[in-house]
Amino acid sequence: MIDTLRLTAEGAKELLARGEVSGAELFAAYRAAIDARNPELNAFLTLVDEPAAGGGVPIALKDVISTKGVRTTAGSKILEHYVPVFDATVAARCKAHGLALLGKTNTDEFAMGSSTENSAFGPTRNPWDPARVPGGSGGGSAAAVAAGLAPWALGSDTGGSIKQPAALCGTVGLRPTYGTVSRFGVVAFASSLDQVGPVAKTVRDCAWLYAVISGRDAHDATTVDVPPVELPDGEDLRGVRIGVPRQLNEAEGIEPGVKAAVDAAIARAAALGAAVEACELPLSVDYGLACYYLIAPAEASANLARYDGVRYGLRSPGADFGEMVMATRRDGFGDEVKRRIMIGTYALSSGYYDAYYGTAQKVRTVIRREHEALFERFDVLVSPTSPTVAFPIGEKAADPLAMYLSDVLTIPSNLAGLPGLSIPCGLSGGLPVGLQLVGPPFSENRLFAVAHVLEQALGFDVVPERLR
Amino acid sequence: MAITREEVLHVARLARLELREEEVVRFQDQLSAILDAVSKVAELDLSDVPPTSHPLAIANAWAEDEPEPCLPLDEVFANAPDRVDDYFGSPPA
Repeated sequence: MIDTLRLTAEGAKELLARGEVSGAELFAAYRAAIDARNPELNAFLTLVDEPAAGGGVPIALKDVISTKGVRTTAGSKILEHYVPVFDATVAARCKAHGLALLGKTNTDEFAMGSSTENSAFGPTRNPWDPARVPGGSGGGSAAAVAAGLAPWALGSDTGGSIKQPAALCGTVGLRPTYGTVSRFGVVAFASSLDQVGPVAKTVRDCAWLYAVISGRDAHDATTVDVPPVELPDGEDLRGVRIGVPRQLNEAEGIEPGVKAAVDAAIARAAALGAAVEACELPLSVDYGLACYYLIAPAEASANLARYDGVRYGLRSPGADFGEMVMATRRDGFGDEVKRRIMIGTYALSSGYYDAYYGTAQKVRTVIRREHEALFERFDVLVSPTSPTVAFPIGEKAADPLAMYLSDVLTIPSNLAGLPGLSIPCGLSGGLPVGLQLVGPPFSENRLFAVAHVLEQALGFDVVPERLR
Repeated sequence: MAITREEVLHVARLARLELREEEVVRFQDQLSAILDAVSKVAELDLSDVPPTSHPLAIANAWAEDEPEPCLPLDEVFANAPDRVDDYFGSPPA
């Protein structure tokens, strides 16, 4: 009997290597878990019925990642029937490593959102409490891993769409350094920010999956060569300098239970030998959100211009070309996507470009420099990943600005292009709390090493209490 | 800063987005609130700060000039709403 709630990808690989299970049996076990729990959770939008030949460890991919012959919707009605004719580079790399695609996971439409409620195909529910959101936009991937529907998954992160759902579902999520993972074949949201990354039950699985997908890709000119990935196995944190940015740890809106769990984890890091010291990010947190909500919608408004009803996707009837395009976009895009296209178009329009987009890009430089200065003194910066635990479905749906605040702690390092890892560090009111670890560019190995030691020491049980 | 109904309609036209009446009304309120919030970026003195367009300092990402096979035409058109011979079909401009 395969316990998909507890089996890690590393564990699955060992079972396969020892011949104790076949790839087909493993795939069937996850498929059975999906059949049992997905009707409640809505984590998957599309399922693959048969494991691919050579099937090894199964995997789920967020539905913004193109998969040849497997429907890819980006959570949008405009791509409801879109079946890619090529694989994204990350999907091809997973295939080349023998990973068997289980299916495509739910996402806020075009990855725009923090709760997965903006999906055109209904919200995903949190495995810890189905009345609550799993976070977003990658709520489908995080919920699938937390509920044992996949050993691991890929997500994509623009403002926090890997890290924040990982925090809210009690999983481990890595947003890698900008440029380390190819976006070729990934549905574009905001190209100066988008990164693909792993979601898993353990830091070691996360590191392993990052090793599979990372590295230069001739099809994505923003990618670079990446240092070899080291699977972490350390036991203490001696010599590690941890900074605790005051503004990220005392931001307005951080729930007391979240603060308590994160503070306890930081105290544990000190007990394990780390040098822990408070520090400052004077402007990054205060100005990050405003900067992000100019840059991301501006880039989105340009990227989403391609949905014109001509080459692929939905087409609505119109008397002439212009009417057809306007009607297609009216019918195909949901509320939040339209809102962001409007903000972005406004910010880029004649007379406003310098005041909005141009200014935001300068603020981005300020944020990058503030982080650079801290990394002269620290190896890792820590904070809560999300100011809150998972919130009730519907609570923030009518108030876009309240929803945007969900990413206030993940956005600053994202704007700076830095890697960030979220690990579960405790519970607040029975719901998981995420600890965010941020490092300088290309410091993934250090983040894995520190997070692995903390993960072992904290002993968080990643199986949701109601499913144990 | 409050934006006007006319501005909402103007921006929607720029974005090739047909809005329903209910959306025009709601977006006018919501966009005003969001633009208010993001206008915070104007508070800082940024006169000596260069813009960041990309977080890594990459200049000129060269690739070998090696031809690769293109998609066959049937795959190119596989998701097209309207194919006319080897062209994408559309209503008249």
